[in-house]
Amino acid sequence: MAQTLLQVDDLHTQFFTSRGVVRAVDGISFHVDAGETLGVVGESGCGKTMTALSILRLVPDPGRITSGRILFRGKDVTKMTDEEIRDFRGNDVAMIFQDPMTSMNPVTKVGAQIEEAMTAHERFTEQVARPRVIELLKRVRVPAAESRVKDYPHQFSGGMRQRAMIAMGLSNEPSLLIADEPTTALDVTVQAQIIQLMKQLNRELGTAMMLITHNMALVASLCQRIIVMYAGRIVEEGPVEQIFKSPQHPYTWSLLRSVPRVDEARKDRLVSIKGMPPDLSHPPPGCKFHPRCPFVIDRCKVDPEPELEEVAAGQVARCWVLMRNVKEESTEAAKQSALSRDAAEKLKASPAEVEGNAGG
Amino acid sequence: MQAAERAPAASSRTDPVLVRISGTFKHFPIGGFSGAAVRAVDGVDLEIMRGETLGLVGESGCGKSTLARLVTGLLPAAAGSIVFDGNDITKLRGGRLRRVRQKMQMIFQDPFASLDPRMTVGDILQEPLDNFSVGSVRERRRRVQELLRLVGLNPNFTNRYPHEFSGGQRQRIGIARALALNPSFIVCDEPVSALDVSIQAQIINLLQDLQREFNLTYLFIAHDLAVVRHLSDRIAVMYLGKVVETADRNDIYDRPQHPYTKALLSSIPVPDPIVEMGRAPITLKGEIPSPVNPPSGCRFHPRCPIARVPGVCDEVEPALEPHGAADQAAACHFAGQF
Repeated sequence: MAQTLLQVDDLHTQFFTSRGVVRAVDGISFHVDAGETLGVVGESGCGKTMTALSILRLVPDPGRITSGRILFRGKDVTKMTDEEIRDFRGNDVAMIFQDPMTSMNPVTKVGAQIEEAMTAHERFTEQVARPRVIELLKRVRVPAAESRVKDYPHQFSGGMRQRAMIAMGLSNEPSLLIADEPTTALDVTVQAQIIQLMKQLNRELGTAMMLITHNMALVASLCQRIIVMYAGRIVEEGPVEQIFKSPQHPYTWSLLRSVPRVDEARKDRLVSIKGMPPDLSHPPPGCKFHPRCPFVIDRCKVDPEPELEEVAAGQVARCWVLMRNVKEESTEAAKQSALSRDAAEKLKASPAEVEGNAGG
Repeated sequence: MQAAERAPAASSRTDPVLVRISGTFKHFPIGGFSGAAVRAVDGVDLEIMRGETLGLVGESGCGKSTLARLVTGLLPAAAGSIVFDGNDITKLRGGRLRRVRQKMQMIFQDPFASLDPRMTVGDILQEPLDNFSVGSVRERRRRVQELLRLVGLNPNFTNRYPHEFSGGQRQRIGIARALALNPSFIVCDEPVSALDVSIQAQIINLLQDLQREFNLTYLFIAHDLAVVRHLSDRIAVMYLGKVVETADRNDIYDRPQHPYTKALLSSIPVPDPIVEMGRAPITLKGEIPSPVNPPSGCRFHPRCPIARVPGVCDEVEPALEPHGAADQAAACHFAGQF
């Protein structure tokens, strides 16, 4: 058994807006083991980024962590003093953001920014930090690192900037690296380079990684375990092969079937998930996925949301139905009904339903 | 549809090629006295058949969006011809150009930036009809409602503003606007890349339905090769202002002839951990070079895993010639030899 690095217990992060309380993260629990790569997937607004920001206690106003514990090596992050949290960020956990351009200071040289990240934590003196910058840039495979430390961010290309961000994140040798959509802004061939790099770094340094993404293929390529989030809740969790082979929650099932695969010839139609993610200030009753679920039964609409139930070794799902109880023909039927539903919507968009969707 | 009747008669209805792009160039001067220019589109020949979807792929900066704007006449081409349904749009001016353009429309990437925030959805959809004086005012209003229905939106939403809609719904409005004038050809420039996964599938399905219903021809531009493979009949790959390979959608994936195509395909992760474990992507060196000073000879040679340098690759520019399957062409001196 690997050592547990991060343990999140019943975390709630809420935003207090004029329209009401938005439950961005609504009672989630999970853990990250030392050295493992965990994928967190879901659509925009499902709370994956807010989970990451909560771990670093960087939730922007008007949001805050309202309850729950975040234990890092047994110490509760939510109860840390300002000094302790400063020490914790960067030193123990580092984060890489989606857009490498906006997350760097445009008027400071790249080398100086990485150096700053190191000296700020008083872990490295300036004398040690300076040569280490070049070493770090070489580790993330920036060519001609010696001369490029003196460049400004705008002189770096997108891929190079993301490498520099990774170098900065790794500068204090954190035990956990949170990467929020690290390759979304990059071109495919550059994306492949960064994926390769992250794999190598995980192997070489043993840094645990939490990869936040909507890209299922990225998760398949990088992660050992995945968490599927929907409307601020975990709906399914398990080892990556297991989830991809036999997803049990209808949301995971639909998500996997809604993306075309480059290695497959054209199938007739993609499974589309009807409607849109719910408004988190007024979530639907019962299972939050029920208005969009192709396998919905009456119970889903009225009963309180089911608990996460163990469905296979290490795999849990939150569903009354579960895909293993759904017959093959009905999954075909679901595809068909997605088809006829599209057609029906086209002919006569029911005002109530579309009304509910507008404004999101 | 009076405007449609006034449109210039097609030279021959039987020509299977709807759009013929030949020897097209577009350079953007970057100022100064050096005469330097971004060579965005640098000699492209391409044919788009009636009723097909041609997928155009490539990394950012390869010139695919510039090509889209040239084809729709939104940018003037510096050289070459773009023949749409028998009319060379680079030679047409004024009213005649307007009438041809009516038949070609565009769907843009960003559904937030491509709709005027101060116009209602009704106004947005009616504007093209007003511009071409299609029917009476009452007919136009009815047409707007019909368009909303076609793209799966509530026809009573005409008085709403774009901000009241989600990204996916806005993209539907963009599609409805493109359909307003009954075009035969639609250029889709990254229409789903700004959308969430589950919404992407809805829009892709809608585009397929509309194509079937109205016999549309698509030029589908995207960097997501999985989406392109799903939607396209034929695929063209661009690199640094040039087309490096064209082929049927299955041939290009099964038997790529150009090393860039092969690398591009191998760099896309597949949503299947078992396949991923056995996959060895070809990682290209570096990034796409500047289109101001493209490399000599074959533009791909500095990143190419099979380039023979010094030698033929950095000296002679390869032409797009038939290689591999029927209807497949690649611009490489050593096509298929990897």
